[in-house]
Amino acid sequence: MDTVIGVQYEGGVILAADQSNARSILTYQSNLDKITKLSPSSALAVSGPNSDLVNFSEYISKNISLYQLSNDGLQLSTHAQANYCRGELATALRKGPYQVNCLLGGYDAPSGKGKGSLYWMDNYAALSKVNYGCQGYASNFCLSIMDRDWTEGLDQDQAVAIVDKCIRELEVRFVMSQPNFIVKVVDKDGVRTLKFGADPADN
Amino acid sequence: MSILEYNGAAIIAMTGKNCVGIACDTRLGAQAQTVSCDFRKVFQFNKSFVGLAGLATDVQTMNNLLTFRKNLYELREEREMTPRVLSNLLSNLLYEKRFGPYFIEPVVAGLDENNEPFLSGMDLIGAPVYTDDFVVSGTATGNMYGMCETLYKKDMEVEELFETLSQALLASVDRDALSGWGATVHIVTKDGVISRELKARMD
Repeated sequence: MDTVIGVQYEGGVILAADQSNARSILTYQSNLDKITKLSPSSALAVSGPNSDLVNFSEYISKNISLYQLSNDGLQLSTHAQANYCRGELATALRKGPYQVNCLLGGYDAPSGKGKGSLYWMDNYAALSKVNYGCQGYASNFCLSIMDRDWTEGLDQDQAVAIVDKCIRELEVRFVMSQPNFIVKVVDKDGVRTLKFGADPADN
Repeated sequence: MSILEYNGAAIIAMTGKNCVGIACDTRLGAQAQTVSCDFRKVFQFNKSFVGLAGLATDVQTMNNLLTFRKNLYELREEREMTPRVLSNLLSNLLYEKRFGPYFIEPVVAGLDENNEPFLSGMDLIGAPVYTDDFVVSGTATGNMYGMCETLYKKDMEVEELFETLSQALLASVDRDALSGWGATVHIVTKDGVISRELKARMD
């Protein structure tokens, strides 16, 4: 069961996900990167079966690139990307659903919104803009921590501290062992990896 | 748990003297867990409001569909959609999916071309009911019917209608685990729309 955590702060979004790829009693891989870059200033953290996870995030990221190529480099806002993502999930819902739950985090330049925004999306394609969120069993442990610690106007270090607190709580209290987490930041300088438990390498 | 009770919702619409009011809660949940407290289920279409209770993904899908159809209507007809027409459109859209329905139970409230109040409610396959007092929808309908039957009077003025709607909704959702966490009320008069957020119990 995957863990995906996101925290919005003043100037961007922190996204974190566990790195294990497992089914039943077997761990296939423990360095999987579940956070896909969608555009120069947005990323999608996905939880779900590996097939849908990879298929869905690649499909969305390639289509967003296609939009930019087709429209002379015009970049979609985070709000637009989130709604596009929701539309794809909603259309697939009654045909062949993607069993993915995601958190989409992006940064819009000051001419747009000037801050980070985080969108929570479940596998039924319900979309909600949130200040912080979790997908999976992690939400049972981590939402309360974020309820208590999150305020408006956090800086990056404070946001990462909240994510670290959540990860530590999971290490103590969550029955499943998730030894590796990858943490990425989305801000004005783009999408980059802050830290990882195991190097995703080529994946 | 039924699919219509997965996300939670509570919507009441009432008529007053030359005005209509519609109120909704603002909770978005995933069964017992609350995800967001600003997920509005009431959407404006000129002088009409549509309240959509049920599965959140279908609430969003139907809102997008209705906006599209309303815009198309206005482009072709060069006039605004009256609430009766909107209600009929909604009913047809739902029945089209008779054997694979959208999991929503909408209410339509508005002022028609003569500024007369109009109300309708329907089930998930579009069976409409037209009343002249109140319609309710969501996970707390039992509570809401009781409150409305008790508090409702004919020909209430704007402020009294607002107070009645608010009290009926708040009392109903406070006894329902799946709805509440904030509330929004809209009153439509021939001079415009008055919208207010209610201070509600956030539990």
